[in-house]
Amino acid sequence: MATQEPGHGDCLLEVRGLTKIFGELRANDGIDLEIRSSEIHALLGENGAGKSTLVKMLFGSLEPTSGQIIWKDKPVVISSPGQARALGIGMVFQHFSLFEALTVAENIALSMDDDVSIENIAEQAAVLSREYGLPLDPNAHVADLSVGERQRIEIVRTLLQNPELIILDEPTSVLTPQEADKLFETLEKIRSEGRSVLYISHRLEEVQRICDRATVLRHGKLTGDCDPRAETPASLATMMVGSEVKSVSNTGGNITDQVLIETKQLSAPARTPFAVELKDIDLTVRAGEIIGIAGVAGNGQSELFDVLSGEETTDNAGDLRICGTDAGRMGISARRLLGAGFVPEERHGHAAVSSMSLSENMVLARHMSDASTFLTGGPLKIIRYDAVKNASERIIKEMDVRMSGVDPEASSLSGGNLQKFIVGRELDRKPSVIIVNQPTWGVDAGAASRIRQALIDLADAGSAVVVISQDLDEIFEVATSIAVINEGRLSEAEPASDMTLERIGLLMGGIHGEDSPVGDTEMEAAHAH
Amino acid sequence: MRIELERRPSHSALFSVVSPFIALGLTVIAGAIMFNVLGKNPLDALYSFFIEPLTEVWSLHELAIKAAPLILIAVGLSVCFRSNNWNIGAEGQFIIGGVAGSIIPIVFHEWDSFLVLPAMLIMGIAGGALYAGIPALLKTRFNTNEILSSLMLVYVAQLFLDWIVRGPWRNPEGFNFPESREFDVEAILPELLPASGRADLGIIFAVVATLLTWFMMSYMLRGFQVSVLGQSARAGRFAGFSANRMVFFAFLFSGGLAGLAGISEVSGAIEQLQPVISPGYGFTAIIVAFLGRLNPLGIFAAGLILALTYLGGEAAQISIGLPDKIARVFQGLLLFFVLACDTLIHYRVRLKFATHSELAEEGA
Repeated sequence: MATQEPGHGDCLLEVRGLTKIFGELRANDGIDLEIRSSEIHALLGENGAGKSTLVKMLFGSLEPTSGQIIWKDKPVVISSPGQARALGIGMVFQHFSLFEALTVAENIALSMDDDVSIENIAEQAAVLSREYGLPLDPNAHVADLSVGERQRIEIVRTLLQNPELIILDEPTSVLTPQEADKLFETLEKIRSEGRSVLYISHRLEEVQRICDRATVLRHGKLTGDCDPRAETPASLATMMVGSEVKSVSNTGGNITDQVLIETKQLSAPARTPFAVELKDIDLTVRAGEIIGIAGVAGNGQSELFDVLSGEETTDNAGDLRICGTDAGRMGISARRLLGAGFVPEERHGHAAVSSMSLSENMVLARHMSDASTFLTGGPLKIIRYDAVKNASERIIKEMDVRMSGVDPEASSLSGGNLQKFIVGRELDRKPSVIIVNQPTWGVDAGAASRIRQALIDLADAGSAVVVISQDLDEIFEVATSIAVINEGRLSEAEPASDMTLERIGLLMGGIHGEDSPVGDTEMEAAHAH
Repeated sequence: MRIELERRPSHSALFSVVSPFIALGLTVIAGAIMFNVLGKNPLDALYSFFIEPLTEVWSLHELAIKAAPLILIAVGLSVCFRSNNWNIGAEGQFIIGGVAGSIIPIVFHEWDSFLVLPAMLIMGIAGGALYAGIPALLKTRFNTNEILSSLMLVYVAQLFLDWIVRGPWRNPEGFNFPESREFDVEAILPELLPASGRADLGIIFAVVATLLTWFMMSYMLRGFQVSVLGQSARAGRFAGFSANRMVFFAFLFSGGLAGLAGISEVSGAIEQLQPVISPGYGFTAIIVAFLGRLNPLGIFAAGLILALTYLGGEAAQISIGLPDKIARVFQGLLLFFVLACDTLIHYRVRLKFATHSELAEEGA
């Protein structure tokens, strides 16, 4: 980990002690960063590490809580994207902001600060796109273009502003390998002109291939500043996912032979262009077992959760067995009746309705499984709010949910407290199977450890637990076995005690080791998307 | 300087109660200005428009006759709207309900039985519900926009009614007037207090529908389902509620009530089919639903207010000599102000003096 001396002559952008606090969460905590001219600088980190917060501050869409940004040796305050552009900072977002019904040139014109005629822009864009090897027809309608072509529009329109620093937010996450190769050529051309690129990614292979330096974030803190080419993927992964892995707290003393969740060769097609196809998922979870499913975001975690929970059903009933029953074609309520509980990743608008009270959110997940307590019998199905309120008070007490007022709206709770309530809502039923996606996403440390402990206790009591998480510390803390999901495929689960951080890092980054027990030889799985 | 809407951290309880009243007040003010421009004394005009109809017993009966269909339709629409389904075609469902319910008294007019009226009401409900089922089917099967399909079906219904009344169902003893045969006494909705005016059972239906719907929305799992799916389809799926089934429930429910309103109007107030049987009740009911905050009890009050604009329109024609289209203007103003004032629930209005850099950001 080589550190650069500050005040270097060709330093384009320097950031000192940049901090951003949202409520209790330190999204960025004293970040130092230095970008020199004509370099491709990688910003590495897991989802939620604080990469986006950092670049939003650099691009003026967020205001730092404290710290300093120095642009060409002068301290600056960047208060708006317009100002960032005026300084010479351009940004290509991960999610495109393009109007599908308009042409390429019209879309570019919309983003220009000055009044320039469309013909003029079309001409400039055509010239630029040829120069940079980004073939683009300025008169084509965006709706007709591929994702890769749409990204070219974003890049060309950023280049038209003639920036000295271009920020690219996970540009290859939507590209095919061939498109990615083209993009890398363009980036090298940009560098050769003396411009710099801040390249945000969590794909280690790419970063090693094109980046000159890398800054690594984890949980909002700087954990590495290095030359990626001098590092191994494993050492980069360690910086990304943390080296302070605690010893495995539960060795899974009472795993029985009773299989509670079983999928065999479970496949599910992608339902939207941005969804991931699930391929041949084999997963077996026994009573007392906690399987941690690690993986970089967007590799099929939410698709896997949907299929396991029954929000999406599978074609064959036998694709998934819960507690010994073929459940593939059952909906979520029927699976709950089998004894399963589910905690999705998104709290607002998925696990809970934000504008409804906690007790109403109780009814949301348990109207079927607790029908005898929560509803009066008969066809009217009148909700017994007294019983519901009792149950939610029990959970609030059990999970130590802090809130203001009696039975407040879900939206008024902090993320950690709402998550405690949502997890508690399922645990209170003593489910024999629980599937949790990102159990402690955006949750403060106290709530996180409480939730993890609750999951461990549940498994000790003889339930099967699946934890899908991007946080490796969390996985090592709770899991008895660990599997890795990558490009919609799940590696074979291995005992947590045998898993090394390096091995998980490799499986996660899409670089499959030779000693892989699954025998993954198809390298295209590492690229394809 | 510019006016900026700033999102409130949580919706304002005060404004969600007050905003319909602000809207009413603004409508009255705008109405006064309009009357003034038309050369009438605003106070006199407002009096004859809004107060005079309430001073006599017979006109209170008329108010009930006008309010009943508005309330019935709007209560149904409130469920539909709260589930995030946008049935704009209640006018068409009202008409088809009226036509379907009239099959017995027109085609089978020889049948005399106390069962005639109940059968007519059931057929009216079924007709409206099935007609509303068309946009629901199109939405669930083909992802068609229900706003457009339900609206366009209104014109189909209107033209169908016009054709059937002038054609196959024209009264054979009616001197070629475009009207159906007059209903027999078994097919006519009884009046409540025949001595004092012509209000019929329709207003009772409205009261019952209001109370039952309020009960469903407040206490039953079905009402909970409507709210959950209306606010977050994803959370609804997590709860195991089917969004597609909800589309059908919402449309059939609102269509059924619109159909009931339709047959009640035909068998109660008109007593035969005519080429036009609704002065736009199905559209006015949308205003009623929103003015009543999509709450059945609020809708009952709002229905009475909108019914008053119909009566006021007639009164304005007679006593101050203005066209009854004035009523439509008032309804339009009211809807406009209701929707505008609702902004205050979620946003607060700020006057802002912008600096240059902020303007640059706006351009970003």
